[in-house]
Amino acid sequence: MQLNKIMRSFVIALPVITMMACSSGPSEEELAAERNREAQAQAQAEAEAKAADDARVKAEAAARVKRAKEIAVQEKQALINDQTVYFDFDRSSVQAKFYPILDKHAAYLVKNPSQKVVIEGHCDSRGTPEYNIALGERRAQAVETYLRNAGVSASQISVVSYGEEKPAVTGATEYAFAQNRRGIVRYN
Amino acid sequence: MIRHITLRQFFAAILVAIVSWNANSALEIVITEGVDSARPIAIVPFKWKGAGSFPGELTEVITQDLLRSGKFKPVETRNMPEFPASDSEVNYASWAATGADTIVVGSIEETAIDQYQVSFEIIDVLRGQITGGNGKVLNNGTLELSNDHIIDSRKAVINGADFRQYAHRISDVIYEKLTGTRGAFLTRLAYVIVRDRDTYDLPYQLVIADYDGANETRLLSSPEPLMSPSWSPDGEKLAYVSFENRRPQIFIQDIYSMERTKITDFPGINGSPVFSPDGEQLAMVLSKDGNSEIYVMDIATRNLKRITRNRTIDTEPSWTPDGKSLVFTSERGGKPQIYRVNLESGKVRRHTFEGEMNLGATIAPDGDQMVLVNRTRGDYHIAKQSLQGGAIQVLTRTYLDESPSIAPNGSMIIYSTLHNGTQVLSLVSLDGRFKARLPAANGQVKSPSWSPYLY
Repeated sequence: MQLNKIMRSFVIALPVITMMACSSGPSEEELAAERNREAQAQAQAEAEAKAADDARVKAEAAARVKRAKEIAVQEKQALINDQTVYFDFDRSSVQAKFYPILDKHAAYLVKNPSQKVVIEGHCDSRGTPEYNIALGERRAQAVETYLRNAGVSASQISVVSYGEEKPAVTGATEYAFAQNRRGIVRYN
Repeated sequence: MIRHITLRQFFAAILVAIVSWNANSALEIVITEGVDSARPIAIVPFKWKGAGSFPGELTEVITQDLLRSGKFKPVETRNMPEFPASDSEVNYASWAATGADTIVVGSIEETAIDQYQVSFEIIDVLRGQITGGNGKVLNNGTLELSNDHIIDSRKAVINGADFRQYAHRISDVIYEKLTGTRGAFLTRLAYVIVRDRDTYDLPYQLVIADYDGANETRLLSSPEPLMSPSWSPDGEKLAYVSFENRRPQIFIQDIYSMERTKITDFPGINGSPVFSPDGEQLAMVLSKDGNSEIYVMDIATRNLKRITRNRTIDTEPSWTPDGKSLVFTSERGGKPQIYRVNLESGKVRRHTFEGEMNLGATIAPDGDQMVLVNRTRGDYHIAKQSLQGGAIQVLTRTYLDESPSIAPNGSMIIYSTLHNGTQVLSLVSLDGRFKARLPAANGQVKSPSWSPYLY
């Protein structure tokens, strides 16, 4: 019983002692404020770090997009620099030596399905203008068929024949004739 | 290289081009063959009865017309023994000595402000020499002056602006009286001039001019090709192909009002428009069904009728004068050759067999002869063949000939050819004897089309 009394007084006294011990440092309000401050600072630091991180990620992504764009532009420029295939006199079949050129265009067009191209067919000045319009169309169609067989969608391709009306080289030399018998994959 | 030009700029340019006129004669003729077989004639400068100097040109134009027809060899003015103004002043012996068998004399007087009376006589020198100009004929029992040495004489009052046109009219009268065939001096040409594409923003120009190149008028200028002008039978409209929208479309344009109508805009080829002889239909080439085929459109309803149906190239339709058939170029036999289709029965017949290729046929107004481009041993020449068959007769010796078009009287063919690396227009008579070149001032000249009779 006695012990019980002592224990009870202890139970009451302990928190009092504890309170007394605490009351010698900062008050409870001060402590709370301090904790808030710390939390705020930490949150701010975290936010700043996150923002920096985000910015870095964004910048990296932008750089990646920019680079991808640059690569695409370069790729397209490379294609534009190599967009012409040549034909034999009065022929409209694509020669095997030009397959690699058309393969590159086909690969790019398959990868970029929103990209559209116009295939132009041209002829040398021999023969009549009207016949050459028909021949130029057959040449352009031969290029179109090649690209479509390589997987390019029909909706990406349109075809126009200029016959002998837009020579690349003027004159009536064999060289001019050969330069003018051509098909062009034209990007907009 | 693609030249960027906004739509507004483009249409502004077209508008500017439509109203710009060039009065200079760009076509100046060089006769290359055939003056020797021509008939000597003297066009004596018409006597000007007014004050000052004569304000127009007349006899020069007639002389050039007759020279260019290939049928006449006009005596040069400096070789004329005298300058009579009417038959009573003619010394027949002195003219007979020049070799001329016909002389044309006349006079011009001003009757009012800018009104001129022109009178002229066409005189048979040999008959005049025999009768001394006093040939008589018995009429109701009395002898009267027959004037049978005067082949024709006419009088007309014209405006000062019409001297050139009236000169062509006089040429028509002389030509018809002396050859029996109607003259084609009051006609026009349509053609395309192509200037350097790197220098000019609008290098392609559709142009019409008098048949001798005078009064050149631009109908249209474009950054993109213009092709295949062809006249309506009334001579008031042209059908042609324009790539101004970066694809070929057929237009019809009124050459007086300049109003134009888009006729076709099908996927693929829209080409080779040619008016039917009655002007109600337009033959054309379309590839909307996958391949170059010939169609006939009713212009009023725009209804299309497909004429050819095969997997090879069919192109270059041309009407027979009766409007019942078309001749055209087809590759159905392997190489391009000329075929003819009856529009009612649909029956097709091959017409050419000689040479590596025959292309671009057009039928002469008499309906018997066909003029075409023949390729033999790699050379492209203008040639003709009877529609009844027979051999092909090559008419030219020029290089890379194309686009033959025949004058409405069937006497002369105008075509495009290469001369010193430049595309120029040339003339050859249907008998092949007379040849002349019309050099261009600036640019390549192509796709000539000879108008029908205009008056």
